[in-house]
Amino acid sequence: MELTTIWFLLVAVLFTGYFILEGFDFGVGMLLPVLGRDDRERRVLINTIGPVWDGNEVWLITAGGAMFAAFPEWYATLFSGFYLPLLLILLALIARGVAFEYRHKRPEASWKRRWDAAIVVGSLLPAILWGVAFANILRGVPLDADHEYVGGLLNLLNPYALLGGATTLALFLTHGAVFIALKTTGDIRERAGALAVRLGVGAAVLAVGFLTWTLSIRSSAAAVVLAVGAALALLGGLAAARVRREGWAFAGTAVAIGLAVATLFAALFPNVLPSTLDAAGTLTATNAASTPYTLKIMTWVAVIFTPVVLAYQGWTYWVFRKRIGVANIPQH
Amino acid sequence: MDALDVARWQFGVTTVYHFLFVPLTIGLSVLVAILQTMWHRTGNERYLKLTKFYGKLFLINFAMGVVTGIVQEFQFGMNWSDYSRFVGDVFGAPLAIEALVAFFLESTFIGLWIFGWDRLPKRAHLASIWAAAIGTNLSAYFILAANSFMQNPVGYRINADTGRAELTDFPAVLTNKVALITFPHTLAGSFLVAGSLVTAVGLWHVIRNRGSADTGAYRFATKFGSWVVLVASAAVLFTGDIQGKIMTDVQPMKMAAAEGLYTTESPASFSVLTVGSLDGSREVFAIKIPYLLSYLGTGDPNGTVHGINDLQAQYATQYGAGSYTPIIPVTYWSFHFMIAFGMAAGAIALLVLWSQRKGRTPSSKWLLRAGLAMPVLPLLANSFGWIFTEMGRQPWIVFGEMLTRNGVSRSVSLAEVLTSFAAFTLIYATLAVIEVKLLLRYAKAGVPDVSEEHPIDDTPDDAERPLAFAY
Repeated sequence: MELTTIWFLLVAVLFTGYFILEGFDFGVGMLLPVLGRDDRERRVLINTIGPVWDGNEVWLITAGGAMFAAFPEWYATLFSGFYLPLLLILLALIARGVAFEYRHKRPEASWKRRWDAAIVVGSLLPAILWGVAFANILRGVPLDADHEYVGGLLNLLNPYALLGGATTLALFLTHGAVFIALKTTGDIRERAGALAVRLGVGAAVLAVGFLTWTLSIRSSAAAVVLAVGAALALLGGLAAARVRREGWAFAGTAVAIGLAVATLFAALFPNVLPSTLDAAGTLTATNAASTPYTLKIMTWVAVIFTPVVLAYQGWTYWVFRKRIGVANIPQH
Repeated sequence: MDALDVARWQFGVTTVYHFLFVPLTIGLSVLVAILQTMWHRTGNERYLKLTKFYGKLFLINFAMGVVTGIVQEFQFGMNWSDYSRFVGDVFGAPLAIEALVAFFLESTFIGLWIFGWDRLPKRAHLASIWAAAIGTNLSAYFILAANSFMQNPVGYRINADTGRAELTDFPAVLTNKVALITFPHTLAGSFLVAGSLVTAVGLWHVIRNRGSADTGAYRFATKFGSWVVLVASAAVLFTGDIQGKIMTDVQPMKMAAAEGLYTTESPASFSVLTVGSLDGSREVFAIKIPYLLSYLGTGDPNGTVHGINDLQAQYATQYGAGSYTPIIPVTYWSFHFMIAFGMAAGAIALLVLWSQRKGRTPSSKWLLRAGLAMPVLPLLANSFGWIFTEMGRQPWIVFGEMLTRNGVSRSVSLAEVLTSFAAFTLIYATLAVIEVKLLLRYAKAGVPDVSEEHPIDDTPDDAERPLAFAY
């Protein structure tokens, strides 16, 4: 396999991992005021992701770094072109990350309320905007022959991209509710399980609509298979959620998100950012890539360190495998 | 004002701001790990209290370092996309490796450490803080290797067809002599900050909290921090001296600009204070130490140090007409402030140690004030150091290869950069106020009571037990 193909796959894997992991972080954050009726319940919710959210976010940083190193033209065009959405995502991630760490540092209700707002908005914005961004990558954007983005902000807010945003929002909400049901005890667990089913129906409708529209824009055999797989996994997850098989439900939504992201990348390949104007402006895995020497070094580093990272991150989830409930929340 | 100016200001502001938190993260992660190791070795509760106490301050700071760090990675693509296109083949690799090798380690194990007090065996928990500390320090290495490529590009060639830099020798990039010396210099500067914070907080409690049952712990912290500051000061001087010689070699204009040396001199004297003309083109008044600059720059008291005017003429011939001189007042004063503020922290550490000699308890109001200024001084020194090294590289973004003005994103409008600059400044300023207030609050609260510590046990009836730590 060509090195550029390997790195296209690796970038796809990193974003897939990011959306599966931070997908439920975003979901938990957005559901904070919905499922957490008082401060102790909200603390239960936050603590389900407390030990892991930071490590989950590194998937994004690694994906960004891999894109920069392996496909500098893709990174440069995408990040300068999608300027305002990325700015909003950054501001949201800043507010949200600090909020997790600072919320419990003072007892005042007003202090906690403000950080709760930061967590909700800081989770909501990226949950929508990542969908908008990836839909636009797939749909293609106006690029001139120098691969410079020449569309404005409004160009990014087309109906297909907005449907993409609604889809990621609904998927992450469902995924978050399923995760909460899996990680908590008592009343919260019950409510989260019931909510997951209701959210999941909406997510399924949006996801099927979005993936169908996606495949009508560009498609490949692999993309079709993956899209069908995503839909089946989501339905399976929902069925499991209905009968409160929480582990299977979580596996279902995780696989569904993973396959949906994989569908986008499979449909996109070998392009990485198609141009809707000049065909010469289209960025591909070949013309956006770094030199074979750079890719070879990066491949070695990835081959050696990725299994190590997966092992210790997996171990972290094992260490914090226990469910928590309001009884486990200390006074301060 | 155009998009380029705003993009420059944004990079300066967000980078200096990010680096207010980084030194403390680098230094304090190791100091907390050392304190926890001492607790393990001795079983003395004092060290456990200090571990938890400074660990809290560390985490308040850590969160800010993490979230402001994401901006740094995104900003290259957002505001400096032509730079990213030009260097991505070389510069992207250390950034990606930093994330995969170092940042995952740091972020995952910090989570294990924060929440793992009652979930992990004692040794695994101790190993977690060490893993996080190692991740943090490794991360600094890769970032500095990337930055060093901008100061002294090595291990690459320019592809004539694409006009882009291409990596030819990755080990050369990682062993860039600028990186090899900047790394220990940055670490030493970071320990200067961390040691100063440990000292300042300890001293405050020693003086203000007399007769407290924990005075012994605070006295220990004060001494421990002061020794860290002294050793770090020595390391800063030693590495800074070598760095000066390498800089004279690879970026002579930066050395000349640091000293406001307009004409080539052999021997060259070190300026303690120089007042230049308003446009920074010549000096008006100066106090100088003879031979010192020659020694610092070349190792020989009579060595030749090239002046700004000669280098400007040489570069104009080499690279074409244009100005190749950084803004001299900025480089001159940032270089001098870096040295002055850094050394001041070392001097105060000596005073603090002297005040506690042979078991004495210090009580001087002046010592307390000096002690409280301590963490601010090396922070300023770190900031001025970065301002100096980045401003001294101008007008280049990659020395000798690409001008900063050619690296900016062409597709980003002035309105967009202004929006982003305003948004970051606003959120950063707000968070700075909140962060400092929290740090002061938790520093004043003092060491925690650790008598209720429960050992790890996995019996089923602990399902209702409160977590040792929860957000």
